[in-house]
Amino acid sequence: MGARATVGLYALEIVKKNPNLIVLSSDVSTSAGLDRFRKQFPQNYIEIGIAEQNLIGVAAGLASENFDVVTTTFAPFQTLRCCEQIKVNLSYMNQKVIMIGIASGLVQGPLGYTHCCLEDLSIMRSLPNLSILSPADSLETVKSVDAALKNKQPTYIRITGTTNNPIVYEDDYSFVFGEAITLKKGKDIVLMATGTMVNEALVAAEKLKEIDIKIGVVNFHTIKPIDKKKILELGRDNKLIFTIEEHNLIGGFSSAVSEILSTEQLKCRQIPLGVNDIYDKGGSYIFLKDKHGLTAEKIFIKVKDEYEKI
Amino acid sequence: MKNEIETLKKIKEFSNSLKKNILDVAFKGGAERSHIGGALSSTDIVSVLYSHVMKFNKMNPKDPDRDRFILSKGHACLVLYSALYEIGFLSKEQFFSFEKENSILLGHPVINKDVGIEFSNGSLGMGLSLGVGVSLSAKIRKKNYFSFVLVGDGECNEGSIWEAAMSASKYKLNNLVAIIDKNGLQQTGTTIDIMDLNSLDEKWASFGWNVISLDGHNIKELFNSLNKDKLLMSEKPTAIVANTIKGKGVSFIENNNEWHHNLVTKSQYDAAIAELGFKDDR
Repeated sequence: MGARATVGLYALEIVKKNPNLIVLSSDVSTSAGLDRFRKQFPQNYIEIGIAEQNLIGVAAGLASENFDVVTTTFAPFQTLRCCEQIKVNLSYMNQKVIMIGIASGLVQGPLGYTHCCLEDLSIMRSLPNLSILSPADSLETVKSVDAALKNKQPTYIRITGTTNNPIVYEDDYSFVFGEAITLKKGKDIVLMATGTMVNEALVAAEKLKEIDIKIGVVNFHTIKPIDKKKILELGRDNKLIFTIEEHNLIGGFSSAVSEILSTEQLKCRQIPLGVNDIYDKGGSYIFLKDKHGLTAEKIFIKVKDEYEKI
Repeated sequence: MKNEIETLKKIKEFSNSLKKNILDVAFKGGAERSHIGGALSSTDIVSVLYSHVMKFNKMNPKDPDRDRFILSKGHACLVLYSALYEIGFLSKEQFFSFEKENSILLGHPVINKDVGIEFSNGSLGMGLSLGVGVSLSAKIRKKNYFSFVLVGDGECNEGSIWEAAMSASKYKLNNLVAIIDKNGLQQTGTTIDIMDLNSLDEKWASFGWNVISLDGHNIKELFNSLNKDKLLMSEKPTAIVANTIKGKGVSFIENNNEWHHNLVTKSQYDAAIAELGFKDDR
């Protein structure tokens, strides 16, 4: 199951126990997997229509009256279209609203860059009080929603990938807000990844292991607050750090890591992998990931090249 | 009848006090310049609300059953602060700290429910959506409080106002009142020259609202239109298009857009409060 369907199904589970949950949608109930929720819990579902500025304002009004409020629409419209409303109504006022941006990154490639979202992390990251989660698969999406509900501040959950995202976590695990998770331990090289890139990094690491290159893989499900301790620890223990994200290389996950690494005198080098500040030609999700070097195969080649230079 | 005359007299006195408060804090607070014109155009409206329409608990600004006031035209903050000072939610020290270092009272309201400021406002076009959220909350919880949102006419240039207007009508929020302070002026000119709104009455009506058009300085008209029992008889939200005069109450400020955001000198302050019937009590 994809992360989007997970959001809708999980909201159904939550509302059964928490009638204080209100879900707001901007005409995306089917895309966000919320159709059943809308039909079964109409009193907990508010349709705002294609009006994202109002979506955030109404959400903030409800949050100020202590509802647990979730808004959802496609990532560009969930973040950039109503950016100033997020700044004033959520960030400045510190109103607890959970925004779920669906289909972020490159997955909407065939539809063009109006619908892709390569900017949300950098822009959301610059807003004080706002937390950002970027889950790697469906199970982690559920854990992200739980963490956001417990968070007293506003949270943006960035959903990447397709309806059949690969599963990173087969078994339950401990998810701690703000703490990155080491999935593989290695030597000299570590791949720090977020969202769908976690699985690509894991597959690449497996292939590298076949040729006796043992590298680490760490999942950064929380982009803000970023896990400073883990970044510095990895910076001390490795020669090369790859940061991998389905996002513009300016201002996103790689930048967040650089901001921490630059606070200490370290010998490691950081190699950022992502979209290099371009609205390129369109194409399928796989085609675009490949073009921007974000498939397991491309990551494998890049790491192998760099490994040989160490 | 006698009661009504008495009530209207009290509201007028309240309004006159707010006007003096506005000039006092503009002159004696920390701001070099203040948004005076738009505060004075709203003063009679805010006075009717805070003196006789809105329900609030003087001992507890956060009383869950209070009516909520949202100043969407946040630059007119002096009228809100003046009202909160008048009803005792702000202390004298807090009130006169306006725009001073580390003050809780900035040139646009910052959320502070302890002193009766419901939301941060100032970026225009956002307050009505907040009012929709608050009014929806009341409906969901079957509470009977109202939300009153004060919107500027220039502010109606913002598309987000109309997004909010549509949703209030869709959800039949008859516990929501938008009062449009139609003073006909915005920052750099008349509303007709800058962006003609044509008929605001027709616009709000076509968005599914009850529309009451009135003189925004006629206390009696305002008081009678803000009758909650009457408002609840409709299923629609209500828009009160209040025709006002920017700078109302001080002749040299009225309709003079230099006073949109201006500095008050000593002689201007003295003349203004004398016109309102006060003496400088510093």
